[in-house]
Amino acid sequence: MTDNQPIVVMKGITIEFPGVKALDGVDLTLYPGEVHALMGENGAGKSTMIKALTGVYKINAGTILVEGRPQTFNGTLDAQNAGIATVYQEVNLCTNLSIGENVMLGHEVRGPLGINWKKTHEEARKYLAQMGLDHLDSHAPLSSISIAMQQLVAIARAMVIDAKVLILDEPTSSLDANEVQDLFKIMRKVRDSGVAILFVSHFLDQIYEITDRLTILRNGKFIKEVMTRDTPRDELIGMMIGKSAAELSQIGAKKERRAAKTGEKPIVSVKGLGKKGDINPADLDIYSGEVVGFAGLLGSGRTELGRLLYGADKPDSGTYELNGKQVAIGDPYTALKNKIAYSTENRRDEGIIGDLTVRENILIALQATRGMFKPIPKKEADEIVDKYMKELNVRPADPNKLIKNLSGGNQQKVLIARWLATHPELLILDEPTRGIDIGAKAEIQQVVLDLAAEGMGVVFISSELEEVVRLSDDIEVMKDRHKIAEIDNDDTVSQQTIVETIANTNVNGKEA
Amino acid sequence: MTSATANPATRNNLKTKAQTKKPAFKINTQMIPTIAAVVIFICMIIMGQALFGTYTSLGFISSLFIDHAYLIILAVAMTLPVLTGGIDLSIGAIVAICGVVGMTLLNQGVNSWLVIVIMLLIGLAFGAIAGTLIEEFNMQPFIATLSTMFLARGIAAMISTDSLIAPENNNYGWIATTIKIIDNPKIKNDLSINAGVIIAAIVVAGGYILLHKTRTGRTIYAIGGSRSSAELMGLPVKRTQRIIYLTSGTLAALAAIVYTANIGSAKNTVGVGWELDAVASVVIGGTIVTGGFGYVLGSVIGALVRSTIDPLTSDFGVPSEWTTIVVGLMILIFVVLQRAVTAVGKKE
Repeated sequence: MTDNQPIVVMKGITIEFPGVKALDGVDLTLYPGEVHALMGENGAGKSTMIKALTGVYKINAGTILVEGRPQTFNGTLDAQNAGIATVYQEVNLCTNLSIGENVMLGHEVRGPLGINWKKTHEEARKYLAQMGLDHLDSHAPLSSISIAMQQLVAIARAMVIDAKVLILDEPTSSLDANEVQDLFKIMRKVRDSGVAILFVSHFLDQIYEITDRLTILRNGKFIKEVMTRDTPRDELIGMMIGKSAAELSQIGAKKERRAAKTGEKPIVSVKGLGKKGDINPADLDIYSGEVVGFAGLLGSGRTELGRLLYGADKPDSGTYELNGKQVAIGDPYTALKNKIAYSTENRRDEGIIGDLTVRENILIALQATRGMFKPIPKKEADEIVDKYMKELNVRPADPNKLIKNLSGGNQQKVLIARWLATHPELLILDEPTRGIDIGAKAEIQQVVLDLAAEGMGVVFISSELEEVVRLSDDIEVMKDRHKIAEIDNDDTVSQQTIVETIANTNVNGKEA
Repeated sequence: MTSATANPATRNNLKTKAQTKKPAFKINTQMIPTIAAVVIFICMIIMGQALFGTYTSLGFISSLFIDHAYLIILAVAMTLPVLTGGIDLSIGAIVAICGVVGMTLLNQGVNSWLVIVIMLLIGLAFGAIAGTLIEEFNMQPFIATLSTMFLARGIAAMISTDSLIAPENNNYGWIATTIKIIDNPKIKNDLSINAGVIIAAIVVAGGYILLHKTRTGRTIYAIGGSRSSAELMGLPVKRTQRIIYLTSGTLAALAAIVYTANIGSAKNTVGVGWELDAVASVVIGGTIVTGGFGYVLGSVIGALVRSTIDPLTSDFGVPSEWTTIVVGLMILIFVVLQRAVTAVGKKE
């Protein structure tokens, strides 16, 4: 493979933003027929590097050669014309148009009478079939298929423009295991046709499964290019975060299970809490100092139950007891007043307010609970912001930076800080570690354990069973919008236990 | 039979199976609001006919089209920006400035063909300004066209605030000259048509071809679906936006030509609120104001519904002030209907 001529050679790429050097002399070489992963923590410069290659950012120094020819990209169109196609994490297609049209948009087959739709759809089906997607109806609206499928359609589109380089920017973060396998199947197909794939993912398992070669970045600097198969995991992690990772990834591994005290009253106790169409009635007790994990597949109802506990959605059945007192939590304001906080899985749309600063994002929930007319005194506010930014290690440590300019992991930390500032008794964290790098992930996992140790009740919702098992005292297993089991997490429980529980429990009979 | 011949046979079987899976006439959920507009239009005509007996007469239908050809053109003009999630508020004011300039020039003896060209160029210029403001200065279409609206109105008022009447023998009125297609003994039952209606029909056909048969048209829908996606897909978003506002401005000028020829005069206050009538037509016709969904033919139906409300309310003896309330109610109903449709679509 190495005797091939490289398709893309990026050398000494430097990109500066006012006050920061986002990239400092980074090299990247892509060969045809390989899957190459760009590795690094959040903020290491992966996204910036991709944006340099796709023409979104202009480079300040360095050269980009595509098939040996130097290129200057002034926009995404230039990069596309050079044969570089990108599939983003948030699928960038038009959901209002049909599947076939999305594949062919801008490349419709034209005849003397304008676009020939019959031929255009035929062509689209041809490209979809190449991806093994012949079962899709090219006339069906894009919105009728899952995000995972949409991602595959986006790859089919990349084939239409005859891409030589396919960039997949965290394509797997919202996919479940089967969908990831489908994606990999197609990636292998594309790779074998001689396309170079640049792959970004935070899932190490996936990196080791699919990639051939890795380029490792840290703090905007090029660290090393290695072959995946010659690089053990701990060495890779070590290169990414610059220190031994062994202890980081073992957080909670030796955690002592919280012993239930007899006669203890739960903070929150719900009976038959449910909402028609979202989640079937479920019972749940959460004790002080306990981490309760919600495990289940995408769409199993784990998020929906979390939202009901917080009142983000209004339950239509069940009772809700808070410290032994009956309450009606039907909206977030009441929940906050009752010291329940919820951090959303949808960080970008429901979490951060991008155009506000880190400081404002931290204070906003606390201010909301106080009401508009009782502003937080500046000194107190400074103290709160300072305290949580330090405790959670938010980087950069500048409270006046716009939150949209922070990396995903640091945005997540700010969101947790926001809810901690309201001093909740129960904190619901929905996918707090999704799409963030391994270092920040470990930090957030540690925060979860620390909070519980301080006596907070924490609901931990995650699609990664491994971390649920590692962190939780109790695991609520969800399937098809039912809570199907409650597992006391002890040494006998593993990911396998949960997978088996999900596989072996049939909820169809109980369907409301 | 050998296996070689059996193979295509089974394939054919599969094909027909796949085809029968699709119902022969599949109603796209996106089309429901437009279909509803057609149904409502038909209901209005039937109701008018049943109560007042004139609504299906050829005379009524002729005048419906002749009197409202300008609104049909404006509705098509408005459809393009609305499909991208934008709006062109300037089209009513462009009608005014084109009308005033056109009548002034005609009265000074300028050749009517030249006048027509000048009017179209004025519309084109305002469209160009709006497109530049939106794309180069990153303005909201609402604000950009609001400012060109005031600009056009202001210039129109500076030129004249009088009612300008077209001179006799001006060679301009041919657009309004009615041609009888069916000459009925009862004068009210003539089926007639004029150049304005033909122009409107051409505009509608052109709009349809643009939207459904050209890449530019598909880019318009893509921008309405998600502008950032359209950009990342490498579609010429900026150029398309410019084309949209150039087209809507020019069509507004065309509407001014058709309208002023029809009534033979113009004033600087003509066309006040027409941009909103056009928006109403577009919305009633099933185009969603946030963009991405809609049809030019729907907007035509919307314009016809909008046009039929006036005679219907007056025949009912409803004071004319009520007309706007009826229009408002209809828009409300359509938006609710659209919400319901999109909600159902999402659940599927």
